[in-house]
Amino acid sequence: MNDWPLWEVFVRSRRGLSHVHAGSLHAPDAELALRNARDLYTRRQEGVSIWVVRSSDIEASTPDERDSFFDPAADKIYRHPTFYDVPEGVEHL
Amino acid sequence: MTPQFEYVLALADDALISAQRMGWWISRAPQLEEDVALANIGLDQLGQARSLLAHAGEVEGAGRSEDDLAYLRDERDFRNVQLVERDQSDFGVAMARLLIFAAYQAELYAALRASSDLTLAGVAGKAVKEVAYHLDHARQWVLRLGDGTEESHRRMQAALDAEWPYLDELFDGSWVAPELLEEGVAVDPASLREPALGRIMPVLREATLQTPEVLPAVGGGRRGLHTEQMGYLLAEMQHLTRSHPGATW
Repeated sequence: MNDWPLWEVFVRSRRGLSHVHAGSLHAPDAELALRNARDLYTRRQEGVSIWVVRSSDIEASTPDERDSFFDPAADKIYRHPTFYDVPEGVEHL
Repeated sequence: MTPQFEYVLALADDALISAQRMGWWISRAPQLEEDVALANIGLDQLGQARSLLAHAGEVEGAGRSEDDLAYLRDERDFRNVQLVERDQSDFGVAMARLLIFAAYQAELYAALRASSDLTLAGVAGKAVKEVAYHLDHARQWVLRLGDGTEESHRRMQAALDAEWPYLDELFDGSWVAPELLEEGVAVDPASLREPALGRIMPVLREATLQTPEVLPAVGGGRRGLHTEQMGYLLAEMQHLTRSHPGATW
C-alpha cells in the first residue's frame, strides 16, 4: 500500500468562505481520499465542505518562473484601488 | 443487578471493548491515514461507552463511576458480546467485524432514540451519526478488499467467515428483561436482525463475497462468559488503574 497516490485537500471552514488548502494525504482512490481528509483535517470541526484533488493533476508554477510570472505586476500601482482619489460626494462607490 | 443496569451495562461494554480493540491499531494500521481513521472510530466508541457507563452507574445507585465500572470489574462481570472482544490483528477481520458491529449499532441506536430512558435516548441520538460513519468506513474497505485482487478477495472472505459465527449473539434477546421492553426502555435485539442484515448483505454482494455458511458460536457474553482472549484484553486495559489505585495525571 506504499504506492497510494498523493491527494491535496481543500477545506471550506464555513458557508460563504472559499475552500482553502489544508494539506495532503495518501489514499488509494478519490472516495477514500475524501474520507481520510475528513478524519485528518476536520476532526476539530474545521470544516463544512471538503475537496480532494490528485496532486499529480495540479499544474503549478515553478520557482524558475517567478520573475516572469510575478515581477511585472510590481510597478503597476494603478491596479490597486488605493491609487485613485475618490471624488467628494460620490455615493455607492 | 437490576434489569435496567444490566441492559445499559451490556451496551456500554460492547462499545468499551470494541474501542479497546480498535485502539490496538494505533501505530499498526497499513497507512498513517487509516491509523487516524481507526483511532477516530475507537474514540467515538469510547465516548459512547463513557456516557453509557456513567449512566449505568447512576441507574445502579451504588456510587460506582464510569472508571470504577471500566477498570475495577472482573471478566465475569463484563456483558459485551464475544464479537468485539476477540483479537483482531488482521485488517480484513477488523473491517468484517466493524461492518457487522456498526450495522447492528446503527439499528440499535436508531431505535433507542425513542427509549423512555431519556439518557439512553440522548446517547443514542448522538451516536447514530457516529456509527453511520463507522459503517461507511467498513463498507468502503470490504468492497475494495472483497472485489479487489484474488489475494485480497480470499483473505476478506476468510475474515468474514471468521466473524460470522459471532453475529447471532448480537440479536439474541433472551437476556433482556421483558419489563424493559414493555416500559420502552430497551429495544428487542431480535427486532434489529433483519434491518441490520439489510445493511450488511448488499455490501457483501457488491464485494463479491459469499454469505458464510457457518454454525453460530456458543456465545454467552451477555451472561459474563467470554473467550480466552478477553482476559488478556482486560489485563492490558486495567493494569495501570489496578497497579496504581487512584492515580491521576
